[in-house]
Amino acid sequence: MSNLQSKIPEGPLADKWTSHKNSVKLVSPANKARLDVIVVGTGLSGASAISTLAELGYNVKAFCFQDSPRRAHSVAAQGGINAAKNYKNDGDSVYRLFNDIIKGGDYRAREANVYRAAEVSNQTIDQMVAAGVPFAREYSGYLDNRSFGGVQVSRTFYARGQTGQQCLLGAYSGMIRQIAKGRVTMYSRRDMLDLVVVDGKARGIVTRNLVTGEIERHSAHAVVLASGGYGTIYYLSTLAVGSNATASWAAHKRGALFSNPSFVQIHPTSLPQLNDYQAKLTLMSESLRNDGRIWVPKEKGDKRHPNEITEEERDYYLERRYPAFGNLVPRDVASRAAKERCDAGYGVGETGMSVYLDFSRSIGRFGEKTIEAKYGNLFEMYEKITGINPYNEPMRIYPAGHYTMGGLWVDYNLMTTIPGLFAIGESNFSDHGANRLGAGSLMQCAGDGYFILPVTIGDYLAGEIRTPRISTDIPEFEKAENEAVDKLRSLLAVRGKQTVTSFHKRLGKIMWDLCGMVRNEEGLKNAKKMIDELKEEFWNDVKIPGTLDELNQELEKAVKVADFFELGRLMCQDALERKESCGAHFREESQTPEGEAQRIDSDFSYVASWEYSGEGNDHVLHKEQLTFDNVKMQERSYK
Amino acid sequence: MSSFFNASVGKKFLVSVSGLFLIMFLATHLTVNLFLLWGQESYNLAAHFMATNPAIKIIEPMLALGFLLHITYSAWLTFANRDTRPQKYAMVDQSETSSWPSRNMFVLGSLIFIFLVLHLSNFWAKMKFGDMSYIDYNGVMVQDAYTLVTGKFVIWWYVIIYVAGAVFLGLHLLHGFQSAFQTLGLNNQIWRKRLTVTGTVYSIIIAAGFSIIPLYFIVNSFIN
Amino acid sequence: MEIKLKIWRQKDARSQGSFVDYNLSGVSGDMSFLEMLDFLNKTLIESGDEPVAFEHDCREGICGSCSLYINGRPHGPGDLVTTCELRMTRFKDGDTIVIEPWRAKSFPVIRDLIADRSAFDKIMEAGGFISVGTGSAPEANSIPVTKEDSDEAFDAATCIGCGACVAACKNSSAMLFVAAKVSHLTLLPQGHAESAKRAQSMVAKMDELGFGSCTNTGACEAECPKGISLAHIARLNREFLKAGFRG
Repeated sequence: MSNLQSKIPEGPLADKWTSHKNSVKLVSPANKARLDVIVVGTGLSGASAISTLAELGYNVKAFCFQDSPRRAHSVAAQGGINAAKNYKNDGDSVYRLFNDIIKGGDYRAREANVYRAAEVSNQTIDQMVAAGVPFAREYSGYLDNRSFGGVQVSRTFYARGQTGQQCLLGAYSGMIRQIAKGRVTMYSRRDMLDLVVVDGKARGIVTRNLVTGEIERHSAHAVVLASGGYGTIYYLSTLAVGSNATASWAAHKRGALFSNPSFVQIHPTSLPQLNDYQAKLTLMSESLRNDGRIWVPKEKGDKRHPNEITEEERDYYLERRYPAFGNLVPRDVASRAAKERCDAGYGVGETGMSVYLDFSRSIGRFGEKTIEAKYGNLFEMYEKITGINPYNEPMRIYPAGHYTMGGLWVDYNLMTTIPGLFAIGESNFSDHGANRLGAGSLMQCAGDGYFILPVTIGDYLAGEIRTPRISTDIPEFEKAENEAVDKLRSLLAVRGKQTVTSFHKRLGKIMWDLCGMVRNEEGLKNAKKMIDELKEEFWNDVKIPGTLDELNQELEKAVKVADFFELGRLMCQDALERKESCGAHFREESQTPEGEAQRIDSDFSYVASWEYSGEGNDHVLHKEQLTFDNVKMQERSYK
Repeated sequence: MSSFFNASVGKKFLVSVSGLFLIMFLATHLTVNLFLLWGQESYNLAAHFMATNPAIKIIEPMLALGFLLHITYSAWLTFANRDTRPQKYAMVDQSETSSWPSRNMFVLGSLIFIFLVLHLSNFWAKMKFGDMSYIDYNGVMVQDAYTLVTGKFVIWWYVIIYVAGAVFLGLHLLHGFQSAFQTLGLNNQIWRKRLTVTGTVYSIIIAAGFSIIPLYFIVNSFIN
Repeated sequence: MEIKLKIWRQKDARSQGSFVDYNLSGVSGDMSFLEMLDFLNKTLIESGDEPVAFEHDCREGICGSCSLYINGRPHGPGDLVTTCELRMTRFKDGDTIVIEPWRAKSFPVIRDLIADRSAFDKIMEAGGFISVGTGSAPEANSIPVTKEDSDEAFDAATCIGCGACVAACKNSSAMLFVAAKVSHLTLLPQGHAESAKRAQSMVAKMDELGFGSCTNTGACEAECPKGISLAHIARLNREFLKAGFRG
C-alpha cells in the first residue's frame, strides 16, 4: 500500500479547517520578508496566491508563459463560480455544496479537502466583489445567482458568459498592485523547464526566457505550481493552445506523485470540429443547457434541416433517459450520451458527429430579449464561427476535452510529495474526484489561492526562517540547467521531416479515441504501445527550425509535446489500472445493464498516485485510500 | 496643478475649453457679419457697437489668448503624437472607422490659421490701425467698414478664399464641436448622438453663413 | 482558394524588418485566419523555412493574445472580432492580404508579428485595481450596486487588453484601454474611493510610456473587438478633471 500522508486534521468535518488554521505555525512579518516564494502560473489560482502571499509580506517571484499574466487561461471560463451563500434561500449550505461536489465527483475525492473548498467559497465571493468583479446583479442591486450544470440549487455567481475573465482580472489587479509595490517580481514569457530539488526540498526552478532563449535559474524557499491542466494532450480541446503539462511533469519527474491522470472531463457543449486544420474547439458554456434542449432525430441519418423536423420526430434523449435532471445532467453523463447517439448513427451535421441544442421553446416562452440578456455573447460567438443564427435554428454541439481532474498529488496543505513544492488550482488533483461540477473550477482556484495556500504554506515556511536566501550557483541548479539545455538541444538536433503539430495531432487522436470518453482494456493497451511508437518516431523525425537562443515557437511546442507522450502513456496506464467506471472515467467493461457507469467501491475507492520510475518504464502505483464518514456512498443516479 | 497641465488630458482640456470659447465667438462674429446683408448702415452700426462696447475690450484679449492656447496646445499635442509610431503601417484603412475631418484636425486647423492671418490683415488690422473713412450716423462718427468689406467681396479670388475658409472651418467644427464636449467629459451614450447632431447643425450654419456673405456680394456685382 | 500574403518578417527587436510575399493555395473558407497561418507555417517548416511568429492562445476571442494588423485594420475586416475569430470566408480567391504587427513606439516588435505589449501591464500597475487586501472584504451583498451601474461597469470590464485601440489610433493612444479600467472601477462603489487618484496616475503612466493623446476620432471604439464605448473615455476625462480641480 502506500505511505502517503494526507495530513487531514482530526475532529468533525465542519471544524477541521478552523482547527487547522488555529494550529498551523505562523511566520512573523520580519521573517516573511526574508522568505522567497516562486509561483508558476498566473491564472486564477496563481494570481490570487501571488497577491495574497505578497500582501502577507513574502517576496514573490511570479512566472507565466504568456506576454501578460492577465492572459492565463482562467479567462476562458464562461459559466460561473459556485458559492454556498444561499442568497436564494433554496436550502443551500456549505454541507450541500460539499455533498454535491463529492457526489458529482463520484466519490473519488477527499472529503476534508472538498468540505474546505465549499467552506471558503463564500469568502471568495466577498473578496471578488470587493476587488471589483462585476458579477450579475438583480434590479434590487443585490447579486444574482443561477442554477448550473447538475445541481438543484441556484448557487452560481456569474458575469454574463465571461465569469472567468472577470474573476481572473480581479485577481490580476490585486497582483499588479503588489508588483507596483515591489513585493512581486513578474517574469512573463517564461517556460518552466525543470524543478530544482536540494536536499529533498523544492528550492527553485529553471526557466527559458521565450524572447531571448536564455536559460535562467530562480531560487526560493518554496515553489508553488499553479500551472493549470493538460487537456491539450487531446490536441483539439477547449483549452488555450498554449496550455501544457510541462511544469507539473517536470515536478513529477523530480519526485512529485501524479494522481488520477486519466480523470479528464469531456465537456458536452463544445462546437463540433469543422475541418482538419482546426487548432482548438470552442466551448459553449453549459449554462446554455438551462434553457436549451438537446436532441437528435428519431430516425437514423435524417439529413433534413432541423427546423423541418417536427416535435414528434425528435428524440430529446437526455430528457428521455434522465427524467429527473433532463438536460442538466452532469457533464460526463451528457457527453457520453451524445457520443452514444452519434456512434449509433443518429448524429447530425455533415460528419454525423454532433447533436442539436435547441432554444426554440425557451425563446417562445421567455422571449428573445430574455434569452439574449442571458446568453447574448455566446449566441454571437456561435454565429461568428458557424454563420448560423441560433435564435432561428438550433446550435450543433459535440463533446470536447476540457478539464483535468487529475494532477499532482497534494496533502491537506496542498503540498506535493516533494517538501516545499505546492500545487494549487487545476494543477493538483484534490477537489473534484472523478468529475468536476460546473462552476467548480473557479471556486477551487480562488479558494486555493486566496485562502488556503497562504495559510498552509506558512506552516512549511515557518521551518525555513533560518534558511538563508538560496544561491543559484549550487550544483543542483547547474545539473537541472544542463539537463534542460541538453533536452532542448537534442530536440533541435533531430532535424527530421515532420512538424511538431503533426505529432501532436496524432497523439491527440490516439488519446481521444482510446483514452477519451469511453475506454476499454484492449484499447488502452494498444494506446500505450502506439504512444511509445509515436514518441520514438517523434524523437527521430521531428523538425524544429530555428535555434535555442531566439524566440522559437516551434521549440516551445516541441517541449510540451515531448512531455505529453510521457503523460499520455501514464494516463493510459492509470485508466487501465482502474477497472471500474467512475465519473468521467468510463470503462466499457464496467457498466450497468442500462449502459450507465458502474463504480466498484470495494476495489477502487482510492486515489491512484503514480511515481515516476525512469524513462519509458511503467510508473509505480501508490494508493491513498478514500474514506467517506460524512456522506453516504450512493450510485450516482440522475434518472 | 502643474501635473494637471503636463498630462495629455490636461493639455486637451485647454484645447477644448479654448475651442468652445472660439465656437461662441464664431456665433457672435457671424451674427455681426450677417448685418452686411441688411445694408451699409446696419452693418456699420453693428460693427461700431462691437468695436466700442466696453465688454468687448475685455473679451478681445481673451479671444487672442483663446486663439493662442488653442493653436499652441494643439500643435504641441500633434507634434508629440507624431512621435508615437516611428515605424508606419504599410497599409492603413480607416475609412470605415473614423471620419476624415477627425483625423485631419491639424491640417484643417493649419489652413484655417493661414486664412486667419490673411483675414486679420485684410480687415481687422485695417479697421484697427488703417486709414478708414467715417460716416456720420445721427451725430456719431462711425467707421465705414461696409465699404471695406464689400470692396473685397467682389474680387473673385477673395471670394474663393473666404468660401474655402468657411468650409474648412465647418469641417473643423464638425469634429471639434463634439470632441470638445467629449474631452471635458460632458458626454455619454445618450448625449453623444445629441452632441453630434448639434455639432453638425452648428458646423453647417457657420460654414454656410460665412460663405453666403461673399457669395451674395459677388453675385450681386454680376447682376448689377 | 489561393491567396497572396504580404507578411512582416523581423528577426528580433534589434533587427530591421521587411515584408515577404507568400503564395498560399489550398486555403479553405471554413478556416479561421490563424488556422490559415498555421497552414502557412506548416508549409514553411516542411520546406525548410522559418515559420511566421504570431501570438495566440485561447483562440476564442477572450485572452487578448492575438494581435494582427490585417489589410490596414487591427484584427482585420469586420466588427467585434479578434484575429482568432476572423474567418477566411471574409476573403476571396486571389486576394492579397497584408499582415503587420501592432505598430507603436510603446509596443516594440520583438519578432515577426509579435509586439511587446507589456506597457499595458505597467499602466495597470499605476492604478488599475481596488486596494483591498485578501481577507478584508465585507459581505458581498452588503453594498448593493444598481443594475445599470453594474452592467455598465461590466461593459467596460470586458476589455481583453489586446491593444487594438492603440494599433488603430492614429496617435497610438491608449486612452480606451485606460478608460475601460477607470470606468469599470469608478462605476462600482467599491472602487469609487480611489477613482480620482486612479485616473491621474494611469493617465500619467500612459503619457510617460510614450502613448499618444486622444483626439476623439473614434477609431479605437470601431476596432475594439469588445465594442468598448468612447463614453468611457468621457468618464475618464471627467474623473481626471475632477481630480485636477480638487487639487
